[in-house]
Amino acid sequence: MRYLARRLAQFVPTLLGVVLLVFLVFNWVGGDPAYILAGKIANAERIEEIRRGLGVDQPYAVQLWIFVKQMAVGDFGASWSTNERVSQIFATRLGPSLTVLVPLLIVSTLLAMAAAMLVAYQRGSLTDRAIMIACTIAQSISILVYILVFQYLFAYQLGWFPVQGWGGSLAENLFAYAALPILVGVVVSLAPDIRLYRSFFLEEINQDYVRTARAKGLGEGRVMWLHVLRNASIPIITNVMTMIPGLLAGAFLIERFFSIPGIGREVILAVERSDFPVIKAVTIYVAIATMVVNLAADLVYRALDPRVQLR
Amino acid sequence: MSLWLLAMRRLARDRVGLISGLVVLAFVGIAAASAAGLMARDWSAEVGVSYAPPVFVESERREESAMAASLGAREDYGIADPLAEELAEIRKALTGASASEARAEKLLFGGDKWGRDVVKKAIKGTETSLVVGLAAALLAAFLGTLFGALAGYFGGWLDDFFNWLYSVFTSIPYLLLVLAIAAVLNQKGIATVVLILGLTGWTGIFRLVRAEYLKHRVREYILAADAIGASHARRMFAHILPNVTHVVLVQLSLHVVLFIKSEVILSFLGFGVGVDTVSWGSMLAEAPSELILGMWWQITAATVAMALAVTAISLFTDAVRDALDPRLQ
Repeated sequence: MRYLARRLAQFVPTLLGVVLLVFLVFNWVGGDPAYILAGKIANAERIEEIRRGLGVDQPYAVQLWIFVKQMAVGDFGASWSTNERVSQIFATRLGPSLTVLVPLLIVSTLLAMAAAMLVAYQRGSLTDRAIMIACTIAQSISILVYILVFQYLFAYQLGWFPVQGWGGSLAENLFAYAALPILVGVVVSLAPDIRLYRSFFLEEINQDYVRTARAKGLGEGRVMWLHVLRNASIPIITNVMTMIPGLLAGAFLIERFFSIPGIGREVILAVERSDFPVIKAVTIYVAIATMVVNLAADLVYRALDPRVQLR
Repeated sequence: MSLWLLAMRRLARDRVGLISGLVVLAFVGIAAASAAGLMARDWSAEVGVSYAPPVFVESERREESAMAASLGAREDYGIADPLAEELAEIRKALTGASASEARAEKLLFGGDKWGRDVVKKAIKGTETSLVVGLAAALLAAFLGTLFGALAGYFGGWLDDFFNWLYSVFTSIPYLLLVLAIAAVLNQKGIATVVLILGLTGWTGIFRLVRAEYLKHRVREYILAADAIGASHARRMFAHILPNVTHVVLVQLSLHVVLFIKSEVILSFLGFGVGVDTVSWGSMLAEAPSELILGMWWQITAATVAMALAVTAISLFTDAVRDALDPRLQ
């Protein structure tokens, strides 16, 4: 309990830092947003009006205070380009993002665990070395190439999947429109995941309890599937948890190419249109999500592995 | 320097490491030759017809590309570009090549929309990507090492401050932070990309270097250095730093890979290098429209160049790490 309270108290300075960083980047480095908003036919009057509306005619300290107040009540204003409320944007874009991300995480984690267990069991063998080098090569190809080639081959040429789009019902989205994006995501994340999970499995295989289990006559299947798998799952689970917030915004390339109306695509649109309120809100929200998930991952780790002491 | 000598010997026995090291050297050589103007100097010269196919593609391809050309013509709805002549003039002045000059029907590995040789573009792109990756990694390694040394060596409020900075930077996903800064700067160019990537990418190195300094500052050799009157700066950088260089070195080359990949994505999205520079990312950015027309050579050239370079750097890094720390295997 005391640990939890201390960790929650640590959120405050970190969050203030994130706010300060975002504020510095957008209000100080970014220059005067009124010129972007006023567009091409700007006159002094209009710019002055916008400046007053946004509060950028105030000193920096006052602007920072406005920003903190906005954040505290969760109201980031409206998008500069579509005038949609930022909170509304998030509420409607979260569903499509999760429709892709949840199956993607489940499938890629299970596949990577299976492959990692296999190569870790045969460590040093030809299979192990070949798969590791294949992973290195697969990792060195840009995600852009996977998306472009898969979309061209499976959707455009072979017609197995729709090229892009998004439908109305969950089943239609999941099985028709999200299938190819999920496939691309799985293929891209497989190589780094296998490498990472292999190291987790190796860590466990070299432990004394594995030798003990073998010495008392347990079969290899039981040793691997029961003892090693359970222990290696602990770092894997926490690793998957900590990846979620980053993926929410980080899947923007997939969402953009397949026209999935998710949060990632919203980020990239906002960046292209210099739509600062949306970018600011995404950054703050994702930062909060990251902190919460990291804490949750530590707590889960503690719950699964009683040896871990949280201080 | 017996640690380095031993590591060199171990590295020489590692066949994969040796070969990948040679490939890395070759890429560095290509990038250097390109930077010195010995190779691909005329990458922007329009030597072939638009979308010239590679020489080894059979002639049936010609019909397809003729169809593609007519498709391309239809794209502008039959409206003649009123600036076409002026643009041709400008391009002529820029590249020194005449637009009406005889153009090759086929190029060694094909051409892009403007008939530029894809191989030369890939070579020039190698220079851009390696320069960006290395410069950004050096900046990130410098910041990470400096911050990590200060935080780990002195502890106290300095440590608290840098840990706070670290948690602020790491609570925002890396690419999101990079994109946000790119959106605000709204300025293209190699220097901008290097600054964005380097200033945001120091966190991983910081954490490792700080841990090393925490470990080393209580060791006996540092106490001995203190006893003979070595200053803080001398203890930090003359005594401890050589003992953590191997950590920084491995991280440096891991970050080169990370930054090359990030640069490709940034350039693809149009926030990377400018239009007068070519990088693997800007080559890939032209690929979507080409693929639909069945022209696969530009994406292939960029992908092969990038995959080769990044794989070689990654494998070489693994080999160097194993050679420096034989316990890991």
